[in-house]
Amino acid sequence: MNATVRVSVVALFCLAAAACAKKQEIKPTPPPEAPTTTTAPANTEGAFTPADLQTNACLRTRVVYFDFDKSDIKPEFDNIVACHAKYLRDRPMARMTIEGNTDERGTREYNLGLGERRGNAFAQALEAAGASSSQIKVVSYGEERPVCREHAESCWHLNRRDNIVYTAE
Amino acid sequence: MRMPRILLALTLTLLAALCATQASAQGLTVQIVNGVPSAIPITVVPFGQQGSGPASPVDVAAIVSMDLDRCGKFRTLPTNEIVESPTTGSQIKFATWQQLKQQYIVVGRTAYNGGVLKADFELWDVAKQQQLLGLSITGQGSDLRRVAHQIADQIYQKIIGVRGAFDTRIAYVTMVGLGNNAQYSLVIADSDGYNPQTVVRSHEALLSPGWSPDGKELAYVSFESGNSAIYIQNIATGARRVVSARPGINGAPRFSPDGKKLAVSLSFQGNPEIYVMDLATGALTRLTHNLAIDTEPRWTPDGQNIIFTSDRSGKPQLYEIPATGGTPQRITFQGQYNANASISYDGKKIAMVQGNGNVYRIAVMDRSLGGQETFVSPGNLDDSPSWAPNASMLLYAANEGPRGVLYAVSADGRVRQRLVLSDGDVREPAWGPYRNP
Repeated sequence: MNATVRVSVVALFCLAAAACAKKQEIKPTPPPEAPTTTTAPANTEGAFTPADLQTNACLRTRVVYFDFDKSDIKPEFDNIVACHAKYLRDRPMARMTIEGNTDERGTREYNLGLGERRGNAFAQALEAAGASSSQIKVVSYGEERPVCREHAESCWHLNRRDNIVYTAE
Repeated sequence: MRMPRILLALTLTLLAALCATQASAQGLTVQIVNGVPSAIPITVVPFGQQGSGPASPVDVAAIVSMDLDRCGKFRTLPTNEIVESPTTGSQIKFATWQQLKQQYIVVGRTAYNGGVLKADFELWDVAKQQQLLGLSITGQGSDLRRVAHQIADQIYQKIIGVRGAFDTRIAYVTMVGLGNNAQYSLVIADSDGYNPQTVVRSHEALLSPGWSPDGKELAYVSFESGNSAIYIQNIATGARRVVSARPGINGAPRFSPDGKKLAVSLSFQGNPEIYVMDLATGALTRLTHNLAIDTEPRWTPDGQNIIFTSDRSGKPQLYEIPATGGTPQRITFQGQYNANASISYDGKKIAMVQGNGNVYRIAVMDRSLGGQETFVSPGNLDDSPSWAPNASMLLYAANEGPRGVLYAVSADGRVRQRLVLSDGDVREPAWGPYRNP
């Protein structure tokens, strides 16, 4: 009995370790603090076109991150708000869905509410910058769509996020 | 009674056949967390065979023993210490069992003919040499294990004085695969995790199953349409209907004790608020009005009040409000984070997720003891407490390494059992109501 338990525990640790190793290798997301250096100055001259969604460094950024149990848009993402708001202003036919997400801590239903709060925060920032509310839809997935699955802050900070999805360009 | 059960079995078999990955019950282990000095010593002697039919496909005595052990109120004699094998009361040599310090002894016989299992059993008080029960229980088809659970329920009720809850079902959600390959299943199983049957499968998240009081329907949240929506599904027929697919969150459905209403959390008016839906008309009554997240409504057993989670004070805490509307009163004051309540049948005990720092455990608050709280789970990320209908035990979800698992724990937290239910990530347990035998 004890031996079995011990073997299972060891097996679990091995599994966990294997999962960790794998995750580290394929982790694609740059740290949220980094993008300021790669962001091109907002295109304030001409109007954005759909091609800019693929080429403009700021428009290509489709995720913003949040602090634990918080839903305010951090100042480091102000430029992301500005360029996407300008795109929506320049392209009235464009439509966006903001997907609000949380880390795994806390209950699933509460996290649905928290994810929605984060989605709404980004939507309100876009609207304050001149986008129309009719262009923006918010969906909360709570903790149901993590991009990283370890039970630690190294994953949690990547999961506390809004994903920006253009449904019409 | 027989027809519907056959129908149910057929439906479930069909549903099960549709499943590529069939959930399967594996080894169930009972963990004794602490010693239970008050546990009652009882011997369940392996049952004898009656008649010339084949042997019973299920070990009735073993199932009865496991039920009694895992509820925390009994301590069964291990099989290797059962030195004699009486199968009727007249064969019991009481001196033997007195020497083994046994308080009660169960003996019985099974007969298995034409797919029907009949178990005759007797419960005896060892010291008084007095028969307390002598009953015959039958079952067939997929219900053979229920015969044993019903025997355990009879023994529990006779000795403890409260109806047993072993012959009940549980619902839970499993997830296998990741990303676009993720597959979610809403599963129902016996209370010990056996006989799992998938009732819904989806590539999008399923959560918050809640039983109708008659055990015939499940309400749950599905993201299959791209956003959350609330469904009610008949378990036997598989027929289901959408009861709310409004913009925003459609979450946390719970049937009222009379089955006529559904408490839900909806955000179509701006942010998550508690509503009560009349199931006959679909009419909504809004109970909460503020900018906080109000969710996870739970009916008190009398149907008069609703306890829910709200972060109106900054962090999530539990509040209570009349089910027809009124002023919410905060009821939790210990711990930084209190959410996802489960209320015992007598309304006295409220189990909840209590978070302090990064540690989330299941706490039980006893309202009959001035709100005294005890932890019944070790953490770190425990969720979704759900009382058995007699409040003898709780189910909850926990993380073990990369996967979620379910635990059943005795109400005092002393006896804990891990239910190994499937290969996937298991979460969102909901203990169903009593079943009619």
